[in-house]
Amino acid sequence: MKVLVKGLLGAGAFAGFALPAYAETTLTIGTVNNDNMITMQKLTDDFTKANPDIKLNWVTLEENVLRQKVTTDIATKGGQFDVLTIGTYEAPIWAKKGWLVPLDKLGADYDVDDLLPAIRAGLSYDGKLYAAPFYGESSFIMYRKDLMEKAGLTMPDKPTWEFIRQAADKMTDKAAGVYGICLRGKPGWGENMAFLSATANSFGARWFDEKWEPQFNSPEWKNTLDFYVSLMKADGPPGASSNGFNENLALFSDGKCGMWIDATVAGGFVTNPAKSKVADKVGFALAPDAGLGKRGNWLWSWALAVPAGSNKVDAAEKFIAWATSKHYLDYVASKNGWADVPPGTRTSLYKNPDYLKAAPFAQMTLDSINSADPTHPTVKPVPYTGVQFVAIPEFQGIGEDVGQDFSAALAGSMTVDAALAKAQASTEAAMKKAGYIK
Amino acid sequence: MAMKQSTGKRIGVTVLAWVVAFLIFFPILWTFITSFKSELDAIAMPPKFLFFNWTLENYFAVQERSNYLKFAYNSIVLSIGANVFGLLIAVPAAWSMAFAPGKRTKDLLMWMLSTKMMPAVGALVPIYLLFRDLHLLDSLFGVGVVLLLINLPLLIWMLYTYFKEIPVDILEAARMDGASLLNEILYVLTPMAVPGIASTMLLAVILSWNEAFWTLNLTTSNAAPLPAFIASYSAPEGFFWAKLSAASTLAIAPILILGWFSQKQLVRGLTFGAVK
Repeated sequence: MKVLVKGLLGAGAFAGFALPAYAETTLTIGTVNNDNMITMQKLTDDFTKANPDIKLNWVTLEENVLRQKVTTDIATKGGQFDVLTIGTYEAPIWAKKGWLVPLDKLGADYDVDDLLPAIRAGLSYDGKLYAAPFYGESSFIMYRKDLMEKAGLTMPDKPTWEFIRQAADKMTDKAAGVYGICLRGKPGWGENMAFLSATANSFGARWFDEKWEPQFNSPEWKNTLDFYVSLMKADGPPGASSNGFNENLALFSDGKCGMWIDATVAGGFVTNPAKSKVADKVGFALAPDAGLGKRGNWLWSWALAVPAGSNKVDAAEKFIAWATSKHYLDYVASKNGWADVPPGTRTSLYKNPDYLKAAPFAQMTLDSINSADPTHPTVKPVPYTGVQFVAIPEFQGIGEDVGQDFSAALAGSMTVDAALAKAQASTEAAMKKAGYIK
Repeated sequence: MAMKQSTGKRIGVTVLAWVVAFLIFFPILWTFITSFKSELDAIAMPPKFLFFNWTLENYFAVQERSNYLKFAYNSIVLSIGANVFGLLIAVPAAWSMAFAPGKRTKDLLMWMLSTKMMPAVGALVPIYLLFRDLHLLDSLFGVGVVLLLINLPLLIWMLYTYFKEIPVDILEAARMDGASLLNEILYVLTPMAVPGIASTMLLAVILSWNEAFWTLNLTTSNAAPLPAFIASYSAPEGFFWAKLSAASTLAIAPILILGWFSQKQLVRGLTFGAVK
């Protein structure tokens, strides 16, 4: 009996921890662990001083963990977050489902028309903005100017894939540990499929035709994958099928890659002498094309949104308006310098001479973002939006499956034809199950 | 029972044991070393083992950004709290199965184990909805209950095997002397099974400490334990290896120290009953 009583007392004490610390004006903000977000967390004094009645509670998580958590929470209306960090993939889907609050109270001086049109389009649904961009990115070519010169070539501002192949061949010096080109190979809808979907757009391929029929049996996809696999086999680093953004960033910063095609946000890393051995030797160019009118660059933005059903909408919108404002960009510049300002959201930033001077990749980032069109991503017409993804809820699952097949093709455990056939079959099955096709 | 062994063989076995131990320990050692590197040194190829500029900057960065003590406090409360309550349920359950088995005891044991066979994510949405309606999201109590339930089959199974080793005659003798059931468990069985209970508890604490699925999904900030702390230092875009290593070192330090001090108990408990 004594034990039971003790146990019950203990249970009571244990339950005591359950009482949540609750204050009406505390905003819980879920965000990703990217440099620009970390900088924002350090600079929130500027906001809390002006709004002493609002407290900020940060939950920073790795992207995939955050996505899973936030998706569970919003789908079940759990109400754990007052401000969410989401991407251009989630924004239109969640807005359509009615999970997000339209951001129409951002204030008179917010200047919503200053947002870059491509980024704004990616975060809107039915003409309304549902998430405010905190930073935006596209993809471009980063290359070693010294190795390009050694190879006797000059990188054009708008190169073709054929030029990339020639340059990669000439720059590769496997004995010295230098590989002409580093590209993503790690399976995942946001890893290799981001790169390959964008590349496929430039080769004239598309995920689905106007009737939602998967198109992996088309000659355009075969050209895309043949080109990618043969290029990487000839001039890519060993073990490329497990390389994602970070692995390639490490290789490029360590001087092992001649060229790297990836997110524009990498420009800040590879030109930073504290983080890169080749900081003073990096040049930039637009993502390549195959002469069909579309370049192989993507469009992404991390943006702040408010979940529907939140009872702190006003405070949340106030915070979002601050974090994505022109004032915030100026404030970061005054504290950390212009190079640290979150890029890719506002037109005015790219007219600022101080910023253009501090960020050598700024103009190329802007050109890349402007050349991506999420509403018309491909050469042939498609029923979906999204450049390196298809903005339907089923895409995450489909993208993961196809990513595995294409990574296997790169690793050599499957032929290109077999990978495409498998991708076609699994995508067809998934689309039938979801009711898009019969 | 000492066996005569040649010196050569003994040296060979000793060296082999050290090599195996080193291989098992190496990832932790590498994490520890990486936590003192700059981000540039952390990605260097070939890797730098000892000759680099040792720095504490990662620990300062982690300290500046996160409230480590809060995460550590939550981890301690959850892993110890959940398993102390787990033991309160598991000891009587294991007693009844070991000393008063029924027809279906074996089936019951298998059934309990079978709950561990379902992928956790399959139960995420129902549990999340339950937690939402009971206002248990992001509370230590809620996560503690889930951790308790996860470890309960393991606790009962391990205690059951330890209890089976204890001669039932001793318990009967106690009964003859007029001990009540509670006294029998508390003053006769438990003292004899202390090594087993201690090692079961330690293993369960370690498992709860490392549990990353439910703790990440059911908490946000108030009840978030160390797995959430680690998850905030990884990123798909950017340099983070050195800072992540510093965060990981901080996260495993308390449990590593606990394991170190209780090593003797743990080994004794785990090999308890291995030789009849």
